[in-house]
Amino acid sequence: MIQQLFFAYFAFAIVIFSLLVVTRKNPVHSVLWMLLLFFHIASLYLFLNAEFMAAIQVIVYAGGILVLFLFVVMLMNIREELLVNKFIGAWPTGLTFAVGLLVVIIMSIKSFIAAPPGIYSIELIKQETHTKALGKLLYTEFLYPFEVTSLILLVAIIGAIVLAKRRLKP
Amino acid sequence: MVPLSWYMVLSMVVFAIGVFGFLSRKNVIIMFISIELMLNAVNINLISLSHYLQDMRGQILAFFVIAVAAAEAVIGLAIIIALFRNKATVHVDEVKEMQG
Repeated sequence: MIQQLFFAYFAFAIVIFSLLVVTRKNPVHSVLWMLLLFFHIASLYLFLNAEFMAAIQVIVYAGGILVLFLFVVMLMNIREELLVNKFIGAWPTGLTFAVGLLVVIIMSIKSFIAAPPGIYSIELIKQETHTKALGKLLYTEFLYPFEVTSLILLVAIIGAIVLAKRRLKP
Repeated sequence: MVPLSWYMVLSMVVFAIGVFGFLSRKNVIIMFISIELMLNAVNINLISLSHYLQDMRGQILAFFVIAVAAAEAVIGLAIIIALFRNKATVHVDEVKEMQG
C-alpha cells in the first residue's frame, strides 16, 4: 500500500512537472521545473533499486545538461519572449499527434509478454552491490559499445567547438 | 509491489508530453528540452523493465542513452548559438530561408 502511495506521488509529480516544462512561457521557468522533474525521476530510479543510475541522473542531467541549457537561455531576450505567442500556429496538429501516439502505445501494453527473468535478482545485486555489478557488465560484455560512446563524446566536443566558434576573418 | 505496467504507462505519458512540446512550441530551446523529456521517458521504461525482468542490460542501455543525450544537448545548443548569431532569433517559424 505504502509503495503504491509513493509511486502515485512520484508519477503525479512527474506528469505535472513535464506539463509545466512544456507549457511555461518563460524558458528559465521551464528549465527550473525540469530540474525538479529530474530529481523526481532520480528518486523513481532509487525506488527501482538502481542507485547508480539515480546518481548519474542527478550528476549528468541536473548538474551538466541543465546548466548548459541555462547558459543558452541567458543569450536570448526574455522580455521579448514574454510578448509573443508561445505555440506555433499549427499546435492542434501536434496535440492530436501526441494524443494519438499515447493511445496507440498504451493499447500496445496489453500485448506485452515478459521474458523469463534473468540472473540479476535483488539478492545478487545486494550481495555484489549495484555499481560493481553494472561495472562488471559494462567493462566485459559491453566494452565495444562503451568505447564507441567515448568516440561519440569526442565528436560532440569537436563539433560544439566548430559550430559555436566565431568565423575567422579571411 | 507496484506493477510493471504502471511504470510503462507513466513513461508513455511523459513521452507523449515530450512529443507534444516538440511539435508545437515556437522556442527552439524548449524544443530541445522536450527531446530531453522524451529521452528521460525512455530511460524510465528501460530501468523499470531492467528491475522487473532482473536483467542488468536495460540499465546499461539507459547509461548509453544518457551519454548520447549529453552529446546531443551539446551539439544542439551549439547549433542554437550559431542560429542566434546569424538570425538573432530563437523562434523556429522565423527561420524559413529554405521555404520555396
